[in-house]
This record gives sequence, structure tokens and C-alpha cells, in this order.
Amino acid sequence: MSFLTAQNMVGGYGGSDILKGCTIAVERGEIVVIVGPNGAGKSTAMKAIFGMLDLREGQVRLGEDDITGLSPQERVRRGMGFVPQNNNVFSTMTVMENLEMGAYLRDDDWSQTLEQVLALFPVLGEKRQQAAGELSGGQRQQVAVARALMTRPQVLMLDEPTAGVSPIVMDELFDRIIEIRNTGIAILMVEQNAAQALAIADRGYVLVTGENRFSDTGQALLENDEVRRSFLGG
Amino acid sequence: MTVNRRACLLFALMAAALLAVGFGQSWSLSLTILNLCLISAIMSLGLNMQWGYAGLFNVGVMGFAALGGVAAVLVSQPPVPAAWSAGAGDLGLTVLALIATIAVIVMVRRAMPKGPLRAAVTFVLAIAGYGFVRIFFDPATEAIEAVDPSKSGYLGGLGLPVIIAWPVGGLIAAGAAWMVGKIALGLRADYLAIATLGISEIVLAMLKHEDWLTRGVKNVAGLARPVPYEIELQTTEWFLALSQTLGVSPTEASSVFVKLCYALLFTAVLLAVLWLAEKALHSPWGRMMRAIRDNEISAEAMGKDVTRRHLQIFVLGAAVVGLAGAMLVTLDGQFTPGTYNPLRYTFLIWVMVIVGGSGNNWGAVLGGFLVWFVWVEAEPAGLWLMDMATAGMGADSPLRAHLIESAPHMRLFVMGLILLLVLRFSPRGLLPAQTRH
Amino acid sequence: MEDLLNAIVLLCNFVIVPALAYGAQLALGALGVTLIYGILRFSNFAHGDLMAFATMIVILVTWVLQDAGIGIAPLPTALLALPVGILGAIAISLVTDRWVYRFYRERKSAPVTFVIASIGVMFMLNGIVRVVIGPDDQSFADGSRFLLEVGEFREWTGLKEGLAIKMSQALTLAVAVLCVGALFYFLQRTRAGKAMRAYSDNEDLALLSGVDPARVVFYAWVIAAALATIAGTLYGLDKSFKPFTYFQLLLPIFAAAIVGGIGQPLGAIVGGFIVAFSEVMITYAYRKFLLYLLPQEWVPDGLVQLLSTDYKFAISFVILVVVLLVRPTGVFRGKVI
Repeated sequence: MSFLTAQNMVGGYGGSDILKGCTIAVERGEIVVIVGPNGAGKSTAMKAIFGMLDLREGQVRLGEDDITGLSPQERVRRGMGFVPQNNNVFSTMTVMENLEMGAYLRDDDWSQTLEQVLALFPVLGEKRQQAAGELSGGQRQQVAVARALMTRPQVLMLDEPTAGVSPIVMDELFDRIIEIRNTGIAILMVEQNAAQALAIADRGYVLVTGENRFSDTGQALLENDEVRRSFLGG
Repeated sequence: MTVNRRACLLFALMAAALLAVGFGQSWSLSLTILNLCLISAIMSLGLNMQWGYAGLFNVGVMGFAALGGVAAVLVSQPPVPAAWSAGAGDLGLTVLALIATIAVIVMVRRAMPKGPLRAAVTFVLAIAGYGFVRIFFDPATEAIEAVDPSKSGYLGGLGLPVIIAWPVGGLIAAGAAWMVGKIALGLRADYLAIATLGISEIVLAMLKHEDWLTRGVKNVAGLARPVPYEIELQTTEWFLALSQTLGVSPTEASSVFVKLCYALLFTAVLLAVLWLAEKALHSPWGRMMRAIRDNEISAEAMGKDVTRRHLQIFVLGAAVVGLAGAMLVTLDGQFTPGTYNPLRYTFLIWVMVIVGGSGNNWGAVLGGFLVWFVWVEAEPAGLWLMDMATAGMGADSPLRAHLIESAPHMRLFVMGLILLLVLRFSPRGLLPAQTRH
Repeated sequence: MEDLLNAIVLLCNFVIVPALAYGAQLALGALGVTLIYGILRFSNFAHGDLMAFATMIVILVTWVLQDAGIGIAPLPTALLALPVGILGAIAISLVTDRWVYRFYRERKSAPVTFVIASIGVMFMLNGIVRVVIGPDDQSFADGSRFLLEVGEFREWTGLKEGLAIKMSQALTLAVAVLCVGALFYFLQRTRAGKAMRAYSDNEDLALLSGVDPARVVFYAWVIAAALATIAGTLYGLDKSFKPFTYFQLLLPIFAAAIVGGIGQPLGAIVGGFIVAFSEVMITYAYRKFLLYLLPQEWVPDGLVQLLSTDYKFAISFVILVVVLLVRPTGVFRGKVI
């Protein structure tokens, strides 16, 4: 049993199911990447795991607990962090205030977490008084990830963190994600840049039409001919 | 119960209520209510076109109704030759000055490149042009308003039969709506609401203060009628004979007869508007309108010119409201700009449309009838209620006197309550629009 | 030189001082509208009538206090009654939210449904106010009328023109500065205030961060109601109380909120002053002012008034339209509605 396990998820919006029984699991200190063609249900799976979509069937477990019925807010309290794909910062608030909002639920002293986060993303320290909406795309993604880290999550979920950023910024961001993984956090992310993401992943899932098609280590998936041909563009 | 059966039932109930007033209170009162119900129904048909067909949030109904009303003055009142000779020359120059100003601005804007400088120059020219126009306008209005101010002091009208004023009222309101729509219709719902609210206040301010045109708050009384006068009837032989056969006094009979004439006229107009509205709603044009309302983005993607369609329906709806406004002033026999109040002329019409069922013409008509009926009858009901509630206070209690005096205002509260209850428990109104799949 | 001073004093007395006070009143009203828009995301058409309702309570309490001989002269007694009015306004706001708006919030209804519901609330509040206090003008100002009188000023400066500052005007500015200061401290520095800003900025992310929406909505109503009471009372002290006038204030208040950028508290304040100054400056008759500055034969005969005061609504409206055409987000880049 992994640390976070979502088993046989079935669900979708309105009448039709987008997820048709897919299963995703992450261990602590592990990066797991979900890849797949458009419309495969990658983002939907993330939303379902985070409780933003009601499941018709299946179960989500965190550690020992069944959290299938919990609200997203409650999941944040239990140690899950989520970075949405779009609108993932408070654009009219300063970088510092964004981080404070990340720590909104914490009533202990979070100054140490702040130091760690700023050490991980030094540029945010320099821009702490600037409105997040005025930052570059890559810096905004850093704010978004940093905000999620302020809750000191045990699981960090990222929905396409590198969408719309340049390759250099993407590499930089992946380096940070590896650093976060090395602190023992479980990381689950959906990626459009599949090859690069699988290169840093410990394990990967290939999702097609709401079902698991392949699941293996990142390296193995990269070397799998069929995966390469169908999903990684040769 | 199907919507049609429900409609029949509700309309029958409405008729029964009016009959009950006739038997219980008086026929004259019942007909007064009926006439205003008919006008309200037309107004609410107009608003229903804008809101129900197209989803346009127009909170400026009062302005269009008042513009329709002014048509009754401008069409039916006799002209005031003295005022024309006093002010027409300067007024003509005013128009020329206005045209010249606009021409200069347009030419300058064409000659200059786009940018802040052009905007600044336009602004300065507009201010200068405004001053220039006022050079002619101010003496013109002063001269006109000086002509026998206690009786006229305005240009008067065309001296035509008042019934012509009804379509003219619609045209004036439509013209205003076209200008308003050009400016405001690109806006989202909330902005459009605030913009139209502002426009209706401006229209009212103009009607109240441009004495040379409307006599302002001095009012125009004694407007011509499309129906006979009571006094004349009371001296007409066939009528006297008729009232004798019916066994009622000539005074009462004449009052009822006049109101009946109005009711017939109004009913004819209502039926015509309703027929056209139904035709339009179920034509391809109406279907497109509803498609746009339900999904503006996809309609736009399918190549529909949404802004143009919106302008069309906005102008049409305003025309119907203007028509009703002209009818209302005709019924009153006087034009009193001071009595227009957005609660009564804008928001009450909204209550009618929402209660009746937005998007359904029959619903709008029913809403017009029902809400007006409640609006009128809430006054005596409120009084009675207050009287009962305060009966224990003693006859000379000042609190009791105050409460009884202010009881009529209860109807505002009742209207709000009805609106909220319908919105909550029957959000599609009493007669919901039929959705076809 | 003296003519120039006289002209400036004249302008201060008839334009700048009144516009400052009016601007502050509009700003307080617009802050309420903008907060509700930022948090509940609809234009609250009942705000003018909420102001009237709250002011009505203040007036009634003021009368009771006046009868009992309790006062704080030279300040108006209404200040003592203000807390009661604020509580009343908060209570009615929370009740309407509980009974009306919450239902639509839970169903995630379209903003326009909220607006229609607010029209219903507007009718009801309007009815209550008219039943309780009547539709007519009510005066409740007491205490000393002037902080600075024309005569005093003339004596002191030796100028021909005098400058008067009404107590209500000075009070308006002082109270407005206090309120705005407190509001900005709350929004910028406190946890709850930041949660409100976060919720207004990005609702989904605020929920993900654990912000409790019910709490944020509660704060929004409390603040909007308090500001509405204060704005309404100050306006009533400065001018007079009449239910219909308060309803009509809706237009300049909305104009102020939109000009500043709806959802932006700072914008509401700037917008309030923009609308107030435009209104007063455009409807002021400049003839006397020009007489001080120009040779007599240069001054035109008329009042030199750009627009008659009857058309002051037109000014709010024109400002609104210009802003919508030129910069739809308003001065401070609010939300586009």
C-alpha cells in the first residue's frame, strides 16, 4: 500500500464518466508523473484525488485513512498541497502575502517553513513585496509551488507546472521539484512535456481514455517503444 | 398541469379579481385598474423582449416610458405660435451650430492620427462647441419660456389627434434606445444596468427642466382625448336614454363608458403587440435571439452578430415601452414629469416580468395584470391591516395615526417580498417560457 | 493679488470644501459596493436603501437622545447614535444574506440573479423606511453648525470673500479618514483582511488555502453595512435625509466604484472624489470667480455654468461611459463586469 493511493476511480462531470477505473499511487520521496494524450482525463484524475470532483466509484487513501469523502480544504489540513494549472497565484497580492495565504491554515510558527521555501526559490525573496501578477510566467509558477509548500504538505500535486514556460525555466523548475522530492515529500504531477517529465520521474503512468495503459518507472516508460511512438512523439 | 391550462386558469382568476372589485368596490374603480393593467401589460411585454428574449438587463424603463409620454404632448397639444415666433430663429441657429460643431469635430478627427492628442483636441472642441451652441440655445429657450409662462411658455405640439402620439411615442423611445444601445450594449449585464439607470435619470432631468419643450414641472394638463368626454356624454340624448334603461345615473354611466372606451382601445393595442411579439418569438429570428441569450459565445462563434441583434431587440423593446408610456399619458390626460419614479416605472415593471415568467409573452401580460392589481389593492389592504393591527392603541395615539398614514408604503415592501418569493420558489415565473428540445 | 486670493477663497468655499465632503461620502458608499462586488460578485442595487435604512435608525435614536437631553455639543448627537445604526444595518444585512443571497450562493446562480434579488431587497428596505419614518425630509443635525464661519474668516484675513467650513463637512472628512485608515489596516495587515483580499482575487485558490467562505462573506456584509451607515449619516447631516435621495445616490456611488475599478477599495475612494469634484465643478457658476480674475468686459453675461445642477446625474453617467469606453477596468484595474 502506497502513501497516497487512488484506486479504481470512476467519475466525471454531468452524466458521462471521464475516469473509467484508473489507479494512481505515490510513495513518499517519489516523483510520479501522469502523461497521456489530450482528453485522457489526467487533470480530472488530479481533481478527483484532491476532492474537487465527486467519484462514483473507487477510493482515495492517504496513509492509513480513507479520505474519499473529504472536501479539498480538509485534504489540505491532512497534508496535501495542490498547484492548479491556471490562476494559481493571488495576482493582486504580494509574493509574501501569497506565501502567507499558503500558511493560512497553520496556527503554529511557520517562519522556518518560510525560510526553507525562500531558500528553495531565492528569487521570491528578492521580489517579496512585488505583486504576484507582475512576475514572469516562470516566477509565478514558483510562487504557486511555494504557496503550496507553505502548508508543509506530505503530498504535493502539480497540474502541468511547466505549461507555457520556456525550456530553460522548465529545467529549472524540475530541478526544484527534485529538491522538494529529496526532502521526503511525495510528488504527483501531470505533464504535457512528457519526455522531460518522465526523465525526472521515479515512476510514471500513461493514461488513455480514463484508464491506465502503462505504468512503470520513468526510465522504463521512456525506453518502451510503444509509449515512445504513441505518446512521446517518436 | 400544462402551461396552457395554467395560463387559462390564472387569467380567469385575474378576471375574477377584477370582477370582484367591480361588484365589491365599484365598476369605475375596476375599469381604472383594468386600464392600467392593460398598459402595464404592454410595458412588461416590452421589457420582456429585452430581458426575456435577449437577456438585456435594462433598468431604464422609466426613461423610455417618459419619452413615450412626451410624445402625447408634442403630437396632440396645439402649437404656440407666439413661442415659435419668439424662439424659432435662435432655435434654428442652435441646430445649425450643433451641426457645425459636430462637423468640425468629425473633420478634425479624420485629419488627425489616433492618440492622446486627438482625444484631447476632441475634448476641447466638444467643450468649445458646447459653449458655441449655448450662445444661441440660451436666448432661444429664454424667449420661448417667457411667452405667457403661466399658460404655455413652451413650443406646444403639432395639434394632431392624440392617438397618433402612440406610435410616435414608440418611435421617440426607439430613437433614444438606438443611441443608448450604441453606447452601452457592448457592456456586461451589471454595467448595462447601471448605464440604463443613469440614462433614465438623465431623460427625466431633461423632461423636468427643459421647460421650452415640455413645460417641465409646470406640467401639461388637459391633453386631448381619443374618446368622448364625460360632460359631452351627459348632454347627449342617446346616452341619457341608455343610462336610463340601465338604471344608473348619467354621471356614473358616463365615467364607466369613457373607461370602457379606453379599455377597448388599449385591449386592441395589447392584442396587436402580443400577436406580433408571439409571431416574432416563434420565428427564426426569435429562435436566434434565444440562442444568443442562452449562449452568447457559441452564437458569436457561429457567426451571429450579437451586438447588432442586441441593438435590434433593445430598440424594439424600448419602442413598445414608449408606446405604453404614450398611452399612459393619454389616459391620465396630463404630462407630469415630476411623478415619474424609478420604483414605479422601472422596477415595478421588472417585478411584472419576473413574476409573470421571463421569456414568455403571456407570462409578461399576466405579470403586468397581477402585479398592477396587487400594487393598487395593496393600498386599501395595507390600510385595513394597519387599522386592525393598531386597533388596540386608542383613537388618538400618534403612533397609530403615523402607522395608518404610512400604510400605503407597505406596498413597496409587498412588491419586494413577491419578487423574492417568486425568484426563490418559482424562478421561471408563474408562466414559464416553454423550452423546446 | 488680492483678487486672486478672493477668487481662490471663493472656489474653496463653493467648490473644493463641498466636493471634498461629498466625495468622502460617496467614497464610503462606493467602498461598500465594491467590497460586496469583490466578495459576493454582484452589484448590490439595495445599497442606497441600506444606507437609508441605517440612517433611519440613527435618526430615530438621535431623536430619543435629543428628547432625553443627551448630547455631545458641539458635535452632533447623531454620532452617539451611530453605533446603534451600524448594528441595525449589520443585522439587516446578515438577515438578507441568510434569507436571500445565501440560497443563490450555494446554487452558484448567475450574478444577474443576485442583482434581481437585490432589487427585491431594495423594494423591501425602501418600504420599511417609508413606513417607519415616512417619505419626507427629516432633519436631525444639531450641535454647532460651523467650524469656521464666513464672518470670522473675513475678519481674520481681511478678504472680501469668506470661507465657511460646516461642522458636518469637517466631521465627514475626519470620520472618512478614520474609516478608510481602519479598513486598510484591516485589509492589509490582519489575517481576516488578507483572507478577504485573497477570496476576492481568486476564489478557488482561497478555498484551496483553507479560507472559509462563510466567514469572508460575513465580514464583507459587516464592513459594507458599517460603511453604509456612516456614509448615510454623514450625508444626512451634511445635506438632509430623504429616502428617495438615498436611492438616487446609487448612481454616483456605482459610478465611483466603477471609475476606480470595481472590487478595488483604493479605487472606490479615488472614484468617489473624481465623481464628486466633477459634479460640483461642472455645475458651479463661475461668473463671480471670473470677475475676480478677468477684466469685467471679458466676463460673459450668463452664469458661466457648464451644466445646470438639475443634470448632475448626467455627470456621473458621462464619467461612467467615458471610463467604460476608454478604460473598462477603471483607474486601478478592477474586474471587468
